[in-house]
Amino acid sequence: MKKLKIGSFFENIYLFLMFLFLYLPIVILMIFSFNDIKSTSNWSGFSLKWYEQMLSDESLLEAFANTITIGIVASLVSCVIGTAAAIGIQGFKSGKVKGIINAVTNLPMVSSELVMGVSLMMMFLTVKIPLGYFTLLLSHITFCIPYVIVSVLPKLVQLDNGIYEAALDLGAKPFYAFRKVVLPEIKPGIISGMLIAFTLSIDDFVISFFTTGNGVNNLSIYIYSSVRRGVNPMYNALSTLMFVLVAILLFIINKRSSGKGDSPVIIP
Amino acid sequence: MYKKSLSYPHLVWMTLFVVAPMLLIFFYAFTHSDSNGAAGFTLDNFTKFVEPLYIKVMLNSIWIALLSVVFCLLFGYPVAMILANKDRRRASLGKKPGGLLMLFVMPMWMNVMLRLYSWLTILQPDGLLNRFLNLLGLPQVNLMYTYSAVVLGIVYDFIPFMIMPIYSVLIKIDESVIEAAQDLGANKYKVFFKVILPLSMPGVVSGITMVFLPALTSFYISDFFSGGQFMLIGNLIEKNFKNPDLRNFGSAISIILMAFAFLSMHVMKIFNKSNRQMDMF
Amino acid sequence: MKKFLSVTLAMVFCMVCIIGTFGCSSKTKLFVYNVGDYIHPDVVDMFEEEYPDIKVVYEMFDSVEEMYMKVSNATSPYDVIVPSDYMIEQMIDEGLLNKINFDNVPNYKNIDSNMKNLSFDPNGEYTVPYMWGTMGILYNKTMVDEEVNSWDILWDEKYKDNIFMLNQERDMVSIALKKCGYSMNSDNPDELKAAEQALIEQSSLVKAYCGDEIKDNMINGNAALAIVWSGDAYFCIEQNPDLAYAIPDEGSNLWFDCMAIPTTSTHQEEAEKFIDFMSRPDIAKLNAEYIGYSTANYAAKELLPDEVKNDILRYPELTDEFKLKMEIFAYNKERNAKLTDIWTKVLNS
Repeated sequence: MKKLKIGSFFENIYLFLMFLFLYLPIVILMIFSFNDIKSTSNWSGFSLKWYEQMLSDESLLEAFANTITIGIVASLVSCVIGTAAAIGIQGFKSGKVKGIINAVTNLPMVSSELVMGVSLMMMFLTVKIPLGYFTLLLSHITFCIPYVIVSVLPKLVQLDNGIYEAALDLGAKPFYAFRKVVLPEIKPGIISGMLIAFTLSIDDFVISFFTTGNGVNNLSIYIYSSVRRGVNPMYNALSTLMFVLVAILLFIINKRSSGKGDSPVIIP
Repeated sequence: MYKKSLSYPHLVWMTLFVVAPMLLIFFYAFTHSDSNGAAGFTLDNFTKFVEPLYIKVMLNSIWIALLSVVFCLLFGYPVAMILANKDRRRASLGKKPGGLLMLFVMPMWMNVMLRLYSWLTILQPDGLLNRFLNLLGLPQVNLMYTYSAVVLGIVYDFIPFMIMPIYSVLIKIDESVIEAAQDLGANKYKVFFKVILPLSMPGVVSGITMVFLPALTSFYISDFFSGGQFMLIGNLIEKNFKNPDLRNFGSAISIILMAFAFLSMHVMKIFNKSNRQMDMF
Repeated sequence: MKKFLSVTLAMVFCMVCIIGTFGCSSKTKLFVYNVGDYIHPDVVDMFEEEYPDIKVVYEMFDSVEEMYMKVSNATSPYDVIVPSDYMIEQMIDEGLLNKINFDNVPNYKNIDSNMKNLSFDPNGEYTVPYMWGTMGILYNKTMVDEEVNSWDILWDEKYKDNIFMLNQERDMVSIALKKCGYSMNSDNPDELKAAEQALIEQSSLVKAYCGDEIKDNMINGNAALAIVWSGDAYFCIEQNPDLAYAIPDEGSNLWFDCMAIPTTSTHQEEAEKFIDFMSRPDIAKLNAEYIGYSTANYAAKELLPDEVKNDILRYPELTDEFKLKMEIFAYNKERNAKLTDIWTKVLNS
């Protein structure tokens, strides 16, 4: 028994070290966002000036607005298309057709992001759609849909078909029955799918990098192109805000799913 | 209620924005473009890739990706195992799994660029790492613009992808199997190498595929940390797509990369067939 | 069903609104595409104040190659771009630039006549010069004791891991060519091979090949030597007086960045207004002071403090001797692919 305790002591130490490895850089980043001077290694005093500077940087704010609006629109659209698709896919009985559909659905998740990005770019160039906000949005919807389907499908599989039939037998119109009986059952899946889509969209770099143009940036691209000009505490301030935002979102996602007794949604 | 037609918008969308673009890449990979826009069939784009120069980039890239995978596995496996043990113990007491796994997976939801940026500030020659070493009286290290920095960046970025699948396999191992092995006289190491490790292989394999492919392509990580000293396949693709004259070649490399992706998926499937413990991935 | 319809409609409406607010407004949109950090941050606002019907969409690129890619794809309606000399030659050759109506650019008279009608735009029909400068070696006087007067110092074992090179194939190959005693624009396979060898040989001494990061690294004293363009050199020297800039005796590159209007432009007149605004002496002075590069605007240069305009490294006298030593990059389509090849080899050696 004593041996076990020593073992678990080392186990906890190890976990703690790995935990430090993952979070220390982020914490350091946050601390230096409040630094008084333009240094990310030399602490001088507390100040909020980098937050002020961040809020007056127009191109940063625009990139932020793009990120959020694209995240919202892409998650809503992919949520509608994806939910409908999940229901439709359940309708395919034959193994072969279903297999092909599943393969197509999985394609964006299986093939590398980079390949997705360059192939979308080549297509937009070939059909001469100007790269910009619209192409960025189309691409984001594209990579979000599969994740919505993946999170809705299990709920549909769990669903008892009888209740829908019963509602129809009791005289409900199909859509009414769907809305009153089926929708409440699969709603957690839809909502977590939508939240996953939103988080993926606001984080995306690789696909956005290839499919945007015309001065339209999202946050990742903005940071990618500006950080290489040198370290600046303004980006620390931005990071801090983003980390807090995503942490709150994740908290909501997991609160929702664990409240319902399901396993937390953590797989992207 | 399962009207097939409901999936049509999705199928149309995927055809337009996933299948068609990929076919287009195939088309570009097997053609060459003239200045007047005409295109003809050619295999030049693929034969160019066999030149020593590109083979070297490829090998370099695979080497870095392999190193990253090994480090992810070395550091990630124990985390997954400790977490799974803890949660299994909790489950045997009738408690819900703790939130520890969540904490280890959370960083991957954070913006990649910002996470890499945090390391950039730490690894600077006058950054915190060197200040810390200085404080301890240790010699300074210059990690910026080296292989190690790139591998560090990749490991930091993708280690949750290794922890997660291994954990999800380990948590499902039946406690009685381990007890049986112990009853038969196996010591701790034997139990691990003969029972736990083989049973967790599907998780390890899927972890490896989830880390290896992104490691090959994450051109932004090597942009940040390599100082242009070497390229990943991802950099090669990015560079070639930047130049309109070289896109056919870029497409050919993308195809080769896709082949890699499907090959690794296939390997994973074979593993999963032989071991049906996994239903998560 | 009604509810479903109304929800869908509401969503579509939202989408249209969001795209709409980004996609169009009553103002004319002028797409300006410039190198990163290459304008005084207030100048765009000042222009918009002066011309309230024009909204400038300002985008930045890292390299002229990137800019060329986007303009030649013709997918983005850029109105004003800022290419360099050899790129101008190429874009004129490929018919990607519009001729400028100089009646709308009265401030063209302020441009230094030395900068007009140069080899890349011999009749001065397509471009208005913006900035110019040289390429040279920025070094830290506390780490380099000797006099810096030759490219050879970049091949000196003493400075192993203390050298920053630019990740720019054209510039780096041209340095190697110069070091080997050839012309920067050489297309001779043997000479290019020699340059490639020299660069590969040097690569073990180089700390990193990068871009803008060089400035921060030099200011923080992380390296002894770096290749930079003159403007960046002055920016760094201002922040760290230990630094100095030198143009090697073998000669170097003389470059010009000009404003031009690509054929993708849909607002030629507004673009000309913008170029004219940028050529106004007070605006050009603001930009020159902020960027630190040498302005091609004679009237603006005269407004600068004496110690700046008389600095022979920053505003060298364009004597015949100087011009003979310095070379302007020329455009050569076949050579471009060779350069890319050489550079891939060097980076992976």
